[in-house]
Amino acid sequence: MSTPSDLRDKLRKKRRALQESLGKVKDDTQALVPSDSDVTKENERTAVEKLTGRGDDPGETLRRSLKAQRMKKKKKLLEEMSMEGPPEEEMVNEEITAVQELQHDQEEHSVETLAEEGRSVRLQRDLPPLPVARADSSLSESSMRQRMREKLRVARSKAASLLQQEASLEQPSHLRGPRDRETLTRFDRETDLDVHEEESSFAARVKFRDAARKATRDKRTETGLPTEEEAYKFFTFNFDPEPQESRRKDRAKKKTRSTDDEENEGEEDEEEEEEETGRARAREGEDESRERDEDAPLVRDEEEDLFIIDQSAKDFLELKKADYIGYNRRVLREREIFFTPSTRPVPASCKLPENVQPRYLEDEGLYVGERPPVALSNQNILENRILKEDGGKKWFGDDGRILALPDPIKESSSRPPLYHLEEELDPALQTVYRKPLKSKYVNRYIAGVGDTQGDYQLDVDVSGLIFSHHPLFSKEHVLGARLAQLYDQYLSRQHKNLTCLLTDKLNGLRNTIRNMLELHSGEGISHVTQQRIAEYKQEVRHTRQLRDTEQEKDRTLLKSIIKVWKELKSLREDKGCTNTPYKLYIRREEIQRALDEQEQEAEILAEVAELQAESEEDYERKLNEYKRKHEEWKSWKKKQKTLKKKQKQRRQQSQDVDEEEEEDEHSEEELGEEPVKPEAPEKPDIAGLEQQVREKAAKIRRKPGEPVLVPELTASNPITPNEACPRGEISRREDVSKRSLFVKVLYNDKEVSRTDSRSLNMDFRVHFGQIFNLKIVNWPESIKLQIYEGVSSSSSLIAEVCVPVPESSVLTGSTPSEELEFSSNQRVTFNHEGVGSDVPVSFTNDGSNIQTLLTSGKLSCCVSWAVGEDDIPLAPPSTQHGAGMHSGLRQMDAIACIGASGLNDMKRLGKWAAESRLDPNDPNNASIMQLLSVASGGEVVAPDYFRLEQLQEEFNFLSDEELERSRRFRLIRLRSQEEPEFRNFKTIPATEREISEKVFEEYDRRLKEGEVIDTKEHIDAHRALVAKYLQKVRESVINRFLISKHHYILSDLVVEEEVPSIGGPGQGVLGLNLFKLAEPKRPLKPRRKERKKVTAQNLSDGDIKLLVNIIRGYDIPIRKPHTSKPAAGSKGARSYTETFTAASTSQTALQASEWPLGQPVIRPFVEVSFQRTLLQTSTAEGPNPCWNEELVLPFSAPNGDYSTSSLQAVRDEVFISIFDEVLHDVVEDERERGSSVHTRIERHWLGSIKIPFSTIYMQSRIDGTFKLGTPSVLLGYSKERSLGSEGGYDAIRSLSEGTFLTLFITIEPQLVPGDSIREKMKDVKFDTQEVERLLLACEIFEKDAGQRYPDRPCVTTVVDINGKTVFITRFIRPLPPPQELLDAFPNNSQEATELVVRYVSLIPFLPDSVSFAGICDLWSTCDQFLTLLAGDEEEHAVLLCNYFLSMGKKAWLIIGTAIPEGPTAYVLTQEQNRYLIWNPSTGQYYGQHDTFCPLQTVGCLVNADNVWFNIQLYATPIRMSFDVTKPKFWKPFFSRSFPDPGLSSVQPEDLVYRRTDKAYAAELQDRIEKILREKIMEWRPRHPTRWNRYCTSTLRQFLPKLEMSGGREVAEEHRLELQSLLGDYRISGFPLHLPFSEIRPIIEAVYSTGVHNVEAPNVEFALAVYVHPYPSNVLSVWVYIASLVRTR
Amino acid sequence: MRKEFPEYDDLYCKYCFVYGHDWAPTSGLEEGISQITSKGRGSTQSLVWNFPLDITFKSTNPFGWPQIVVSVYGPDTFGNDVVRGYGAVHIPFTPGKHTRTIPMFVPESTSRLQKFTSWLMGRRPEYTDPKVVAQGEGREVTRVRSQGFVTLQFSIITKDMKKLGYDTTSGEQAPATRLAGTEQPYRS
Repeated sequence: MSTPSDLRDKLRKKRRALQESLGKVKDDTQALVPSDSDVTKENERTAVEKLTGRGDDPGETLRRSLKAQRMKKKKKLLEEMSMEGPPEEEMVNEEITAVQELQHDQEEHSVETLAEEGRSVRLQRDLPPLPVARADSSLSESSMRQRMREKLRVARSKAASLLQQEASLEQPSHLRGPRDRETLTRFDRETDLDVHEEESSFAARVKFRDAARKATRDKRTETGLPTEEEAYKFFTFNFDPEPQESRRKDRAKKKTRSTDDEENEGEEDEEEEEEETGRARAREGEDESRERDEDAPLVRDEEEDLFIIDQSAKDFLELKKADYIGYNRRVLREREIFFTPSTRPVPASCKLPENVQPRYLEDEGLYVGERPPVALSNQNILENRILKEDGGKKWFGDDGRILALPDPIKESSSRPPLYHLEEELDPALQTVYRKPLKSKYVNRYIAGVGDTQGDYQLDVDVSGLIFSHHPLFSKEHVLGARLAQLYDQYLSRQHKNLTCLLTDKLNGLRNTIRNMLELHSGEGISHVTQQRIAEYKQEVRHTRQLRDTEQEKDRTLLKSIIKVWKELKSLREDKGCTNTPYKLYIRREEIQRALDEQEQEAEILAEVAELQAESEEDYERKLNEYKRKHEEWKSWKKKQKTLKKKQKQRRQQSQDVDEEEEEDEHSEEELGEEPVKPEAPEKPDIAGLEQQVREKAAKIRRKPGEPVLVPELTASNPITPNEACPRGEISRREDVSKRSLFVKVLYNDKEVSRTDSRSLNMDFRVHFGQIFNLKIVNWPESIKLQIYEGVSSSSSLIAEVCVPVPESSVLTGSTPSEELEFSSNQRVTFNHEGVGSDVPVSFTNDGSNIQTLLTSGKLSCCVSWAVGEDDIPLAPPSTQHGAGMHSGLRQMDAIACIGASGLNDMKRLGKWAAESRLDPNDPNNASIMQLLSVASGGEVVAPDYFRLEQLQEEFNFLSDEELERSRRFRLIRLRSQEEPEFRNFKTIPATEREISEKVFEEYDRRLKEGEVIDTKEHIDAHRALVAKYLQKVRESVINRFLISKHHYILSDLVVEEEVPSIGGPGQGVLGLNLFKLAEPKRPLKPRRKERKKVTAQNLSDGDIKLLVNIIRGYDIPIRKPHTSKPAAGSKGARSYTETFTAASTSQTALQASEWPLGQPVIRPFVEVSFQRTLLQTSTAEGPNPCWNEELVLPFSAPNGDYSTSSLQAVRDEVFISIFDEVLHDVVEDERERGSSVHTRIERHWLGSIKIPFSTIYMQSRIDGTFKLGTPSVLLGYSKERSLGSEGGYDAIRSLSEGTFLTLFITIEPQLVPGDSIREKMKDVKFDTQEVERLLLACEIFEKDAGQRYPDRPCVTTVVDINGKTVFITRFIRPLPPPQELLDAFPNNSQEATELVVRYVSLIPFLPDSVSFAGICDLWSTCDQFLTLLAGDEEEHAVLLCNYFLSMGKKAWLIIGTAIPEGPTAYVLTQEQNRYLIWNPSTGQYYGQHDTFCPLQTVGCLVNADNVWFNIQLYATPIRMSFDVTKPKFWKPFFSRSFPDPGLSSVQPEDLVYRRTDKAYAAELQDRIEKILREKIMEWRPRHPTRWNRYCTSTLRQFLPKLEMSGGREVAEEHRLELQSLLGDYRISGFPLHLPFSEIRPIIEAVYSTGVHNVEAPNVEFALAVYVHPYPSNVLSVWVYIASLVRTR
Repeated sequence: MRKEFPEYDDLYCKYCFVYGHDWAPTSGLEEGISQITSKGRGSTQSLVWNFPLDITFKSTNPFGWPQIVVSVYGPDTFGNDVVRGYGAVHIPFTPGKHTRTIPMFVPESTSRLQKFTSWLMGRRPEYTDPKVVAQGEGREVTRVRSQGFVTLQFSIITKDMKKLGYDTTSGEQAPATRLAGTEQPYRS
């Protein structure tokens, strides 16, 4: 904000200037615009205010507006100057020009006022007003603006009247209202006289102003002429000159500011401004008073200071005690100095001048902006502080608040404007515009570059440049250049010869018209012809005008050429030397004077005639118009008159003048606007016309007879040599010779080359003549040439010329070089003759005719595509070029990809296209045209969707289909999906062709034939269905499993020591463990060290070994001599109770007698086969051998994947078989017996055991004594017991029968067993139908159990075949076994029970831990089990348990661990105070105290009602109690606190059994036999296989008996029978008994016995198969295989 | 190989490579263990192994580009061998000499008590398999603490990459990737 003094100065200046100017023009103005005063009257002050600006920043605005005016004026003047040659006056003083401007404006205005005369006259009429009445009447007006104005006016008039009163009462100097205080300001004081006058007429003026305002407001509605009285009043009013002047000034300013002069708007603005001005004035006033105040104390101080001066030196030293001022005193003193502004609000009266009521602008209806929020207390402090200061009141506004802007942020910048035209702009303030930069990386390479044929070349030919102005031009050069330019212009005009052309045309037109008129010669010119003639006439007029202007131009050009030439000549004379070679010859072409005159005269006459005709026509038309209008006016007058009459009548009736006026108004309103009285048009002045034509001709044409002047410019003038030149010129020439120029070539804004530097010649032409060949890779975007000028070594850029990129058709050789103009606005000045650049230069001696010249010139160059050696243009194809650009852009434009591009300015684009008349066939415009056609064809439909990755498609390098087809990607994808076939596919080939379709064959077949299962393999259609169903279940489970597999918990990843639980039974006390560390070592009591577990990841083939430790065997059958006679009779029916006690004592005794002393009864060895590896122990002797041998078998995981999941899925089994090694003496010749041993070794299978690898893996070691699976009949062998030797141990052993083997199996290194997926599955959470509460209880129960006894399995919930969690008790429900089984032994419940057990065990065993990759147990219900005919221990156990329950037994399900199955389910029954443990899958039963019971730990017992968890000390069945009623031993799930909610069973109520088809069984029997025969023959490829038919039939008869006996030894009689039949043969053979599921296991079982391996030359074989059907397709398969060797 | 572990001394490191199904080592040891190094007496206090390893891979597919997994072990205050950090980095793709600094981290104990007992017993939590640090799966369940850095220097030679359509450099390429972690001279 400028200071007030600044402002004041400015204002004063302005005012003075205006006064001066007005002094000159006052009379004139008054005369011209007497009526204007009323309008401007009220503007008298406001106009000044307007200058001071609208806002509260008057200084700036003022300056700005002034500057703007100045600029405008200057521009105008410049224009004038350039237009009219030498200007009339030199613009020296701004003020003067302002005056001129003012004058001009006033003239204009006066014209305007004349035009508005009628209106102004009418306005005067209303001058003597009656304000109140007017106000009332105007209330009826409805316009909003009107009302607003009314309000304001009322307010103001009130204020005015108040002021008036005050004025009359008190001294004027004191009583001025805030808005009238401007009289105090300084510039008002200068015109004291005015002020006085103003004051004296104050009251009057107030009135007058009101009236005036009303007048302006009502001017539209008022009618009629002013009365005499009014006119008189108006003119006799005392108008002091000052207000008028300022009014003028306003007017002028307003004019300059805006041409649009709308009265109403202006008025309103003014009113507002007036108020603001008032405030501003008030401030000024205060300012002044403060100044005065400041002066006063200053003088006082000075006076005081005067006394201190005369002091002696002593006085300066004084010793004194330190001052101490008491607190209170200090406070007092401080109070004098300090001022603490109070926070209390300041009363409004303090803030305002005395006796002034606060004025609230808001209440007056003015807009007051919202102030920025300030805390009230802060505001109060500020106000108090300000008030304390001198003149603090000026900070307060009329409303008693601190003056503040509504919004302190200015709308316009407060930076000083940069309109310094004269001075150089500070370089720091200069705005620098930069082109938007394109990313450097957007390289648009031309396609095909890099290939051999695609090199493109641009030839840039820079031939030279000519300066049309150069700073080193002398004045003569400037003139010369101008002359040359003019001459060029002249030549080009001459070349075009427009004048001649137009003249011809004109003549032609005239002739045509004449002809037409002649042709018709007045008789009935048709309408069409008439129209055509009119058109021709129009054309003639137009052409004539054109010709005239052309002629005029020609003439002026010629004139100026001559003028410049003259100037040049005079300059040369002046300087005394010649710098330019220009010389103008003017040739005169003499013309026949008479002819010329004649022609010209004719021409003039013709023109005059035409003009006459035209003007007459015009007159006619105007006259018609006038007549029409006159009629109208007349009719209106008539109406008016009648109205007047009526009014008169009314006036007579009424007395009130006001009323009459009102009526008058009313009537006026009715009548409406008065039409302007038309003026009769003037008659065209024919003589004047001719005069005009002649004048014009004289101006623009040659005088008749004058010779035609033909200028001819040559460069033949000799240039004055340097020696003869004046000094200034010499230095200029020297300077010129120093200069040199070169041109840089920039391609795509990169400098590619530059020309040689050439020195500047005297004629300011530079010839380069260089061609640059640019081999380009990028698309040409811009080619630029930069002209540099250098003095000695430094160089500076003069100008830059952009050369358009040539079309591809523009080729070198065929293109003319173009001249491109350039210019530079650098300012250069010299102290010698050089004129410089951007410096005003005067060409006349008196210093007038100033011109400012800028460096400029023409560069001639040529850019074109090169032509190759074989005439092939090296240009990129244009289509490609265009497409490349467009597609490139399109790809850039992300919006275009969405399809919304081009929407923003479609209309404008269309308009532009229409205007510029684009060629629709031009391929360059194709995209635009297409866009337009879309646009014109309707709205471009913006898609109403939003695509996030619209550029995704750009990245697709293949279509989806192709990707789908690619074998390699398919392989990769399938592997990533972990399809079993590809799960561990290694090294997918790098190229597609290396992948054969075969890879997928298996997978595809699986997919395709997943539905159809080969019936050949399964024989039975039913089995196929089952298999299919199982497959499906497996798939669904595996899917679940995969999900859970990728679900990790911390323990999967991080090995962390468990926190030792304090007091827990399992881990022991932490302290105790620490104590143990301190324990002394006891080497004689070695403790088993835990082996380090190895994680399965970093393993490879061969790392893992399976260790099988064969320790010893028990009760291996012994050989029987063939000759032995049959012993005791058949064993009758035995009760199972007997077998436990002393079953075979009799037998033992019997056979012991037959024991040949000293002879080896048996030479057994053990063979272990695993994964095609066969290892065997050494041969031991005797029925209870001790091998104690370790066999090491290598293990390799499928596909070399040693991950946990893979290892869990290993389905290989370890086969452990015991063979008897039989040595046969094959020495034929008895004589050799002494010298040689010739024996043949035969091995006879005695029994085997198989342990799945998964069991070993899961349990990490298997240690124990296992019962061998032995055939019920072993031909040639018998169970022998050695008595006595082992004593007490025998007693225990004898409790059970069968052959036993003690084994220890483990994996080295120890593998971390895969966590049973159960835990993980817990996290995954299966669907369930159980209530949440039950599940929660289960969780707690299992968790608790797991914590206390981690080795005891506890199961409460299981997963059924649908994948749902089911509470385990729901599976237990009494279900009846097949009736025929019960019927078989109607009176023997034990037999029946055994049969039932056998039936259950005959259902094929399918461990789901294997089939489901060790995931989890799936429990199927009994009906599902019977339908599937496959299941693991749980299903068997559940079924058996249910049968037992229905048979009236007390039965439980045992969940525990057994060897070798691992976690399993057994069945417990209570029989006569004894507990029996049944293995459901084998059909074996054990007493509780049986040592050979495979069940190792008992976790929990389950029946239909409850689950009991074993909380006894021991978990082995032998050492525990099965009394579930004892809460000390068994923890029930449902207890009193959580009673059984009564869970319904998931089992069906009844099982439906299908009777098995006997015929089907027989068929199957034949089939199996046939297959087995074939297989055995296949296995003996090198030996003939003979079949002993007799033996076979015997065996076949024997098999059903075996079935009937339930597999018990019925062997003796059978053997005897065989012996009797085949005495000559040594028979070894055995029946195998298998439940039937598939044929393959049967074959394998036969193979594993190794019967076929007998290689004796005369061996014969016997094979019999028997299939016994049980209900529901449960089949029992017996295979009897035997080898017979002839002994004789 | 160089390592910065501010507060530990006498460390050794184990390395192994993790690579995809399509990769196979043709020569060199896939797993190894370095010597024990002690802190330098110089101002840097860094532990320098300068342990060279050399391995060559072949592959048909860039998927599963080999990563080297480095795990560092050293004795704790009681002399128990504990893990001091795990880290993994991809073998650089481009031929030439590369230096990689791997931040090392160890899994955190699940509770404060466990932290204490593990400290006391010298059995800190470890990954079941160090190779998990080279993969993302399952890592979300672990919480780790960063512990020092290991600097590795690679000299990579590739062969016939361009033949298979993989352009890792502008220059010539080679079917096997050869990695040679060369020693870095000890700098004080």
